[in-house]
Parts: sequence; structure tokens; C-alpha cells
Amino acid sequence: MARSITARRKTINTAIAWSIGLLIFFPILWTILTSFKSEADAIAFPPKFLFFDWTLENYAVVQERSDYTRYLWNSIIIAGLSTLIGVIIAIPAAWSMAFVPSRHTKDILLWMLSTKMLPAVGVLYPMYLIFIKLGLLDTRTGLVMVLMLINLPIIVWMLYTYFKEIPGEILEAARMDGASLPKEIIYVLTPMAVPGIASTLLLNFILAWNEAFWTLNLTAAKAAPLTAFIASYSSPEGLFYAKLSAASTMAIAPILIMGWFSQKQLVRGLTFGAVK
Amino acid sequence: MTFTTRTLMGACAISAFSAAAFAETITIATVNNGDMIRMQSYTDAFTAKTGHTVEWVTLEENVLRQRVTTDITAKGGQFDIMTIGMYETPIWGKNGWLVPLNDLSADYDAADILPAMAGGLSYDGTLFAAPFYGESSMVMYRTDLMEKAGLTMPEAPTWDFIREAAAKMTDRATETNGICLRGKAGWGEGGAVITAMSNSFGARWFDMDWKPQFDSAEWANTITFFKGMMDESGPTGYATNGFNENLSLFQQGKCGMWIDATVAASFVTNAKDSTVADKVGFALAPDNGLGKRSNWLWAWALAIPAGTQKVDAAKSFIEWATSKEYIDLVAAKEGWANVPPGARQSLYDNPEYQKVPFAKMTLDSILSANPNEPTVQPVPYVGVQFAAIPEFAGIATDVSQEFAAAYAGQQTVEEALAKAQAIATDAMEAAGY
Repeated sequence: MARSITARRKTINTAIAWSIGLLIFFPILWTILTSFKSEADAIAFPPKFLFFDWTLENYAVVQERSDYTRYLWNSIIIAGLSTLIGVIIAIPAAWSMAFVPSRHTKDILLWMLSTKMLPAVGVLYPMYLIFIKLGLLDTRTGLVMVLMLINLPIIVWMLYTYFKEIPGEILEAARMDGASLPKEIIYVLTPMAVPGIASTLLLNFILAWNEAFWTLNLTAAKAAPLTAFIASYSSPEGLFYAKLSAASTMAIAPILIMGWFSQKQLVRGLTFGAVK
Repeated sequence: MTFTTRTLMGACAISAFSAAAFAETITIATVNNGDMIRMQSYTDAFTAKTGHTVEWVTLEENVLRQRVTTDITAKGGQFDIMTIGMYETPIWGKNGWLVPLNDLSADYDAADILPAMAGGLSYDGTLFAAPFYGESSMVMYRTDLMEKAGLTMPEAPTWDFIREAAAKMTDRATETNGICLRGKAGWGEGGAVITAMSNSFGARWFDMDWKPQFDSAEWANTITFFKGMMDESGPTGYATNGFNENLSLFQQGKCGMWIDATVAASFVTNAKDSTVADKVGFALAPDNGLGKRSNWLWAWALAIPAGTQKVDAAKSFIEWATSKEYIDLVAAKEGWANVPPGARQSLYDNPEYQKVPFAKMTLDSILSANPNEPTVQPVPYVGVQFAAIPEFAGIATDVSQEFAAAYAGQQTVEEALAKAQAIATDAMEAAGY
């Protein structure tokens, strides 16, 4: 009896989980489906779900019109480097806050997070002028710096949370064995926090990949990443939904595939320390 | 090797070297619409002619507007050519942010640009942007539904006729809406439609002392008529419909009439995307017998920001892209229905183009709009569906949100107009008018 209740509950839970998962995934699925429709089918009402004339025309048009690989390469460089540099800076910062806290640590953490509360458009113009002065407009270097800085508070917070879960005694033991501070961080702390660091890397890579405000406003032709590639297919005067969907699918495909293959690591990191 | 041969080879080498030395790469910011995308596909023809290469930055209209405004005000120098409209051109020209285009070559034939377009893209008599294509608005209607309703569309209808026809064409059972109009908030969306419509009702945004006029009877009549007609015969949720939503409805046969941009004519008559392509007629935008019709005037134009170091290369591109030669190139490759319309008189004099079904009505609509005298009563501003002052975009966006809330039934027409008056008064006072 108890077994049948457990089995039934498991089935219900699985069904609920799948339903929620599908609901969350539906906009992406719809975008992918629309990318294979003609423009007429894309706006048809009632909407056509699977029974339409499947076509690759939109992908051909997008490929012909845009240099996809250039945008992709820019996205990889900008998201990758900004995340990597952010994590390299954040590890010692999070270490000091987690293991050598001062009475201002909580204030500093809160202040760091508060910088995320300012609407980005509020600092667009000063940032633009700084970029002009430094010659950073439409450069990957400029965007790497900006995205690293805007994501740094989140990276520090995430790593701080993971590090707090690691017993300080282990680091103390390492110190007693003669480990210097860099060695303590590199050879003791970092290996123990690999799941947390990996999920931080992945999550911030995704955030940097999807960032649209700065990447649209600080680039033109040379450093524009995939967000600008998508924006070039959006039009308020003309129905180009199928082509826009094809461009969106091409833009999200790399990150979707990466997310799929690293989902175990991602979930493990995100739930790290959630249950003691 | 003879002397002549040596001389010729030397000349060739020198000319090749000079072409390479003067060839530049220009960056152009533009919008994502059919004509602009087509222009991008012909860039090779420009490069073959001049040696200059082009890098394109294509953005959605609102993103582009924000992007180029930031760049030009901060003197960022990111673009050598910007695609801007009739709203920005006189303001930016006045501020000295654009390179004057009064010295284009004789071959270009600047006198051929339609006067309404040249006027709207000039400040103080100086042309600051060359029109790539121009548009007005007009009535696009279903000839079969009009016939079924027992009516004949006049070439120049009144609003009363439009309302009557809309009511007769409406069939809720088949989801056929008599009329589709933009209600969506935004100065370039529903704001453009209601402003152009208000001109025909005798309303105006400001009097000669720059005092907002939303407390006038003319504005009350405009909004009351619009809401009444759309509630009777418009689609459900029209308060959030913009150009694309109405285009989608019309192409699926769910609109009896649609009053919108003339460029939409090529979409609704394209059999590939439209289910009613062979059943579309055209008429001038309606009036109320007060001497002003409710059609707007707009142009997407190419301008050179004052900070660019590549003025000559940029000018050569603008001359090419807005030339008669470019129109002939597109016509030869893709047919006359696909050439950029509304910019040059010679296009409308061309017998081949006259065969395009919407050509005459587009020209008539453009010619009937006067940005210098847009309203029945005098106004201090230039612009048909906008007032060419920097404050307008912000005020009109807020005002159109109030109107959209009234269309959606979230407030009364009177409340919306009172709020519009307060918004406009505050903003104009703050701006020092």
C-alpha cells in the first residue's frame, strides 16, 4: 500500500515537473518551430504547431545576409573572457569575505549588490564618454571590461555563498602545514569549491552571453556579438517573425547545447550546500 | 616595349594605386525594413563603382534611434552615415550635428526630390538628409467586402463614410473587423495615427504660443470618434495593436479597411504572404471637410554626422543609394514594385512605375501632406504626425499611453485628455517654452 502511494506520488511529481519544464521551455520551442515556417505560417491564426510546410529558407536568408560566425566569435570572446577574469578577481575577494570577515563585510557585500540595482541606462552616457576617451567603443576589450564589472557582484556573492559552506578548519590545517595564502587558495580551497566555481562560471557565461543593453549600445560593426545579430532582425514595420526566429535560434543554439551538456554540473553547483 | 605601352601601363598602375589609396570603409547604421535590407544586398555594386566598402549596423527602429542619438550627441564617431527620419533631421540640422548636403553633384539631380520630402529633411533651406524612401498613409481596403457591403469607396473618403463602411463590413461571426487602426502606445505607433487623424478634425498639439491644446473640443471629438468607431468595428484588443499586428490581421483577411503607411501596400498585395493580395483597393486617407486630410508624411533618409572623417566617401554612398541609377538597378533586378518609393518625382513620371497599382495613390498621398502647414489652425511647429522639437518624442509617448488606456477602457476619454494636457503642459514649461 505504502509502496503504491509512493509510486503514485512519484508519477504525479514527475508529471508536474515535466509540465513546468515544458511550460518554461515552450517559448524557446515555439521560436525554434517558427524558424522553420514561412512568414505567412508564422502569423497564421489559429497558430500552426507541427503541421505546416517545413522550410530552411529563413536560415538560408539569415546566413546570406549576416556574417554569423563573426557575431558568434565575438560572443564567445566577450562572454568567455569577462567571466574568466571576473572569477579570477572574485575568488580572492570571496575568500577574504568568507574566511577573514571584518565588521564591514556584510555592508560591502550589500553595497556590491546595490550597484546592480541602478538602471543601466542611467550610466549609459558617462560610460559612452569614457569609452570615447579610452578608444574602447566597438572593441571586444571594452565589452569584456564592462560585462566583467557588471557581473562581478553576482560572481562574488555566489562564490562567497559556496566558500561559506567549506569548513574553515581545513584551510587552517593547510596553513599549519605551511601553505602560503596563494597555495591555500589554489590547492586547497579551489579544488573543494570546484562545483560552485563551475556553476558560477556557467551562470555568468550565460548572463554575459545574453546581455543586450551594453552590447547593443557600445558596439557598431566590429565587436557586435549575437545580441546585435538578433536585434538586426527585429522590425516594427514588416512581418519578419520567421527570420527573426531563425536568427534567435542560431544565437541561442550554442548556449542551449552548452547548458544541456553541463546541466549536471550546473544543478550540482546551484544546489551546493542547499541541504545539509 | 613601346613608349605607348609603357605609358599605358604606368597610367593603369597609378590609377589602381590611387583607387586603393582613396578607398575607404564606411560604417552605416540603418533600420531593418525591406527596402533597407535590399539596399544592403546591392552594396557590391557601390563598391565596384567607387572602391569604397561598407560595414552595416542594422538595428530595430527604436534601438537605432537611441543608438545614433547617443553617438551623435556624445560625438562618438561610430557611424559615417546614419539612417534618420523627418523628425530628427531638422532638429539635428539646427544643432549643427549633420553635414549639409547642398553640394551634391549635378548628376544627382537634387531638384528631382519631391518638394515635400526635401522640405521635411531640411532646416533653414539646407538639405541635411537625402530621402531613401518616403511614405504617407492611405486607406487600404478589401474590394470584395466593400462590394458586399453595397458601398463604393470614393477616391477621397470622409471619416463619416469610413465609419459607416466599417460598421457594414464588420462580421463578428467570421472575425471580420471593419477597420484596423493602430492604438498601441508610442509616438511612432498609435501616436502617429491619432495625431494625423486629429489634423483632419481641426485639432493641433500646440497653439502659436506653444500652449498644449488637449483641452480643446477638437481633440475631444477626435478621440471620441476614434474610440467609438474602433469599439464598434475594430479588432479586439486594438489598444495594443501596432503596424505589424494590423498587417498580420489584414493579410489574413480579418480587416475590411486599414489606414496606415503607404509602404504596407507592397506587403498586402504580395501573394506570397497575403491571402487577400488580389482584393485590395486604395484611397486617400479620410478627411472631415476642414481642408486637411489625416495622412502623415515620413521619410527614411541618409545623413552624415558632423564628426565623421570620411565625408567624401559617405557622400558618394548617399548619392548612389538615393539616385535614379539605384532605382533603375532595383527595377531591373526585382521589378518596379520593389523600388524604394516616395522620394523622386521622376519615378512617378516613369510609365513603367505608373503600372504599379498603388503608385498613384502613394504619390497623391505624399503630395497632399504639408509638414509646414499640417493643421487647420496655425501652429508654430513643422511636422504632420509630430512636432519637430526635441521634447516631442517624450511627451507624445506619455500622451499616447494615456490615449491607449482610454481605448482599453481603463479610463474615460475626458480623463485621458486631462492627463495629456497636464503631461504636455508640465513638459513644455520645464523645457522653457
